[in-house]
Order: sequence, then structure tokens, then C-alpha cells
Amino acid sequence: MKVRTIKVDQLARVEGEGALRVVARDGVVQSAELNIFEPPRFFEAFLRDRMFTEAPDITARICGICPVAYQMSAVHAMENALGVVVDGPLRELRRLIYCGEWIESHTLHVYMLHAPDFLGYEGAIEMARDHADIVRRGLDLKKVGNSIIALLGGREIHPINVRVGGFYRTPRKRELQPLAEDLKRARDQALATVRWTAGFDFPDVERDYEFVSLRGDGEYPFSDGRIASSRGLDIAAAEYDEHFEESQVEHSTALHAHLKARGPYLTGPLARYALNSASLSPLAREAAQEAGLGRVCANPFRSIIIRAVEVLNACDEALRIIDEYEEPERPAIEIEPRASTGFAATEAPRGMLYHRYRLNADGKIADARIVPPTSQNQPSIEEDLKTFATAWLDLPDDALRRRCEQTIRNHDPCISCATHFLRLEIDRGG
Amino acid sequence: MADRARARRCVVLCIGNPERGDDAAGRAVARALRALLDDVEIIEEDGEATRVLARLEGADAAFIVDACASGASPGEIHRIDIGAGPLPLTGFSASTHGFGLAEAVELARALGALPPRCVVYAIEGATFDIGAPLSPAVATAVEIIAARLRADILGD
Repeated sequence: MKVRTIKVDQLARVEGEGALRVVARDGVVQSAELNIFEPPRFFEAFLRDRMFTEAPDITARICGICPVAYQMSAVHAMENALGVVVDGPLRELRRLIYCGEWIESHTLHVYMLHAPDFLGYEGAIEMARDHADIVRRGLDLKKVGNSIIALLGGREIHPINVRVGGFYRTPRKRELQPLAEDLKRARDQALATVRWTAGFDFPDVERDYEFVSLRGDGEYPFSDGRIASSRGLDIAAAEYDEHFEESQVEHSTALHAHLKARGPYLTGPLARYALNSASLSPLAREAAQEAGLGRVCANPFRSIIIRAVEVLNACDEALRIIDEYEEPERPAIEIEPRASTGFAATEAPRGMLYHRYRLNADGKIADARIVPPTSQNQPSIEEDLKTFATAWLDLPDDALRRRCEQTIRNHDPCISCATHFLRLEIDRGG
Repeated sequence: MADRARARRCVVLCIGNPERGDDAAGRAVARALRALLDDVEIIEEDGEATRVLARLEGADAAFIVDACASGASPGEIHRIDIGAGPLPLTGFSASTHGFGLAEAVELARALGALPPRCVVYAIEGATFDIGAPLSPAVATAVEIIAARLRADILGD
């Protein structure tokens, strides 16, 4: 009996730390487990007994890559609890800061983390030696996303200008103008990114995912819309707990989310695209079509193209918002607390992010629940590996390991959010 | 001559997390150096690679200060001329997402964006605990590095 074990102490190019163990017997993968061993981070417990107004700043600390997503889910859940709808220019500014996050987070993943897999490099540094101009383009594009966050959020990471009800300070129209110039350049770079990634060599695989994302009302979703799935789910965020459940698994300190009585599902770019591609900007839609994406894409390796399309869409949307922006009368709506419960789901770059808060009459948080995208995608990532890796078992150990890592990176897991990532072990058994 | 000297851009990039014990060493050097020098660009950063790279861009000389954990005695000062070769990866990949200073420097080198003169001062840390103060040996090293940086920059 031949036993082959492949072990990697540190999986590179993912956000965080953890391990992967793949077990194969008689040439068939039996199981694939993401072992997340990072200790739990207790954010839900930190939030208890803090004022509802503190949630955006506390939850932003969950992630340095997607703090805006945490802030947006927090403020929308609080406003849902307190019966307030933030509309008009304040809503537009929230969409604009979310555009900034998508641009910087997606671009980081596309250029620095994922592209080296397709071009056969160990990482971005090695890739930069041969493709300096392309890497420069990526860095330049990412910078525009960071500039949007810095202008609206007060700083690039863990913004401090977002509050329940709006912002602490809103920009003057003229302050946004220089961003528009940068965004026009970024839009060209994003289009070039779509074309560049579309030319990669992709494994010819698909999976029958149940895609779950917000479905925007005529717009590509950030923070509004119902939670929809490719198999007919159509619910408000307030109904999330009735349809989804989280469970503990022995091999991970991050919880696994499932659709009740249905099982794993997928959130993130593939899901958003499948449920909202008709709402992309004309330029993004055209680019997607030119890249051969079709209306639905079920090949997770091609998610890199969809990320590029979403960056292009975010550039277009940001330009639209800046062009139409009218300065609001007040930077925020004042909100009075009351005993209540609020729910919100928003679209973090890597997938849907659900928050639920129960508030006491004095506005203190009695209970908080946060379901990050990586918790939701973990079971699907394991299923991807189980489904695809059997066909790769003939590869030499190094190539097999790289292919497994790439399979995980397809979903841009943020283990720092879900907790943290990755060592890899392949037991080929047999 | 004076115009040419002024046109030269020198940056001091001080990296660290102010809330993580000796990881704040770079930030402390920034404060100490500001008291010693007026007209030099002293930047504090948390060490995320793409932003470090952006800070280095277009500089003629860069001095980078960071904490490290290479196994040496706490407070020990390493001076590394990175124009001459890469940073040792161990001890410098403390960034949350594993993409920190060593990667930023190598990316800059690969892109031809490394300043002609580029020196890293690394201070060996003792503790990186959340909320911990600087340990005494590191606090002493901070003052020494600030004085050495002043000499480096004025003599540049």
C-alpha cells in the first residue's frame, strides 16, 4: 500500500493562517478539510454592552482588507433595528466608499494573490520581475480604491468617518473631482485587467453551486436588496436565521454555514454575477461578454475574471456617483435608540456578510451575530477540493499542492475574518 | 548646489503597530527623530506592502525602521543596506496577511522602484503582546537609532 502525504507549513497568498488536509484512497479523494486553528476572536462578545453607535468602528477591526464591509453591515443592521432608512446622497456616498473597497480588495487579490497561480509564479514578486508593467498597473489601480476610502473614510484602513445614520463629515463636491480623474484612468486599467485575466489558461471544471447573494433592485448590489439564490431563495435579511445555520466542525475554529436542509452554498463574485449580471454597467457587461463569461459562470477558477469585471463596474459606478453627487444637507441622520433587533446583509468583496444586533432600550448591544463570507464559503471550498482533486491525483506532489492552493484562492478566503489560515497536507493513501 | 540638495527626496519610513508592544519601535523612532530633524519626510505606516511600496516610489534615499524577531537579544540593532541584497525573510513577515516589509522591498526591486540608497534599521523586539509598552532595551535602541538616522541623513 502506497501512502503519500504532502504537507505545507504555510499556505501563501491567502488572508490569514491555517491548514488543509486532503485524504485520497484508491485514487479517489475521500475528504478535504480546511483546518482553521486560529483562536476565535470573540468580536461578537466584545460588542455586548457597547453602544449601538460603536459597532461600525469595532467591527471594522475584524478585517484590514474589507473593513468597509463590516462597517456597512453594522450601520445597516442598526438602522434596520431603529427604523431608519438612509437615502439620497448619503446612500450614494456609502456606495462610493464600498466601490473603493471592491477596487482595492479585488485588485490586491487578482494581481498579487491569484494571477501568479495562472502564470506559473511562486508569487507577485517573481511575477513582477517578468511583468513589471502589469504589476505596476495593478498597484496603480489598487491605489485609486484606497484613495476613495481615504477621502470618505478618513483613512485607508479601518476608516473612522462612517457612523450609524451616515458620516461624521461628508465631502464637498469639488473634493470628489480629483478622484474622478483617477477613476477614468482606473476604468481603462480595469478593462485591461478583464482582458488580461480572460486570456489565462483555466482548468475546464464546473460545479453545481447554489449561488447566494443580494439581488439589487436594478443595480449591482452592495448594501441593499433581498437575499436570493440560484435555486429560488428570496428572503429579507431579517429571515436569514430561519434559512441558514452555522455549525461547529472539529477541524476548524471558524463556524461552517449551511442552508438549512440543503447544505453548502456559495457567496462572492460568482454568485453576485450569476444573480445580478444584468445590472452591471454597459461597459462591464460588454467586457464580461467579450471575456466569454456568459450569464452564469460555474467555474470557480474563472472567478478572477469576474473580480476584474466587478472592479470595472465599481469604477463606472464610482464615476456615476461623483458625477451626480449633490452635497447632503446634513452628514448624518440623528437616531434615537430603542429596544429592538436589526438585520443586514451586505456584499463584502469576497461574499455576503450578515450582521444581526439586539439592542436594549438605552442603545446598548445585548447580543450580536456576525457571519462572515468565509464561514459561508468554507463548506463549498472543501467540496471544490473533493470534486476536483481526484482528477489531479496523478500530478506530482508539488503540482498537486499548488493546484489545491489555487482552488482555495479561487474564493479569496479571508481567514482573518472567519478567524485565520493555512498549512496543507495531502494523504494519498492507497 | 542648494537647489539640487533640496530636490533630492529622502524619506524615513517608520513601520509598526503602536498597540503591539515592541512592534511600536518604528513609531517611537518617528517621534524621536521629529524632535531632532525638521525638514525631512518622516512617515508612519503599519507595514502593508503595497502602501510601503507607494511610499518608496520616487525617493532618492529611503531609511526604513521596523521591529524584527530574528532571535537576537532584545534591543539589538540590525542595519541592513538593502541596495546590496534582500532582507532575510524570517523576522520581517509580521504583517497580518503575510505580505510585509520584506515583500514590499523585493517588489520595489523587481519593479525597479527601489530608491538608489535604501537602508533598513531593524530593532529586535522582546514582546509583541497587545497593549504592552516598549520594553526597556527597545526604548534605549529607539534613541540610538534616531541619533544614527540624523547622522545618516545630514551626511547624505
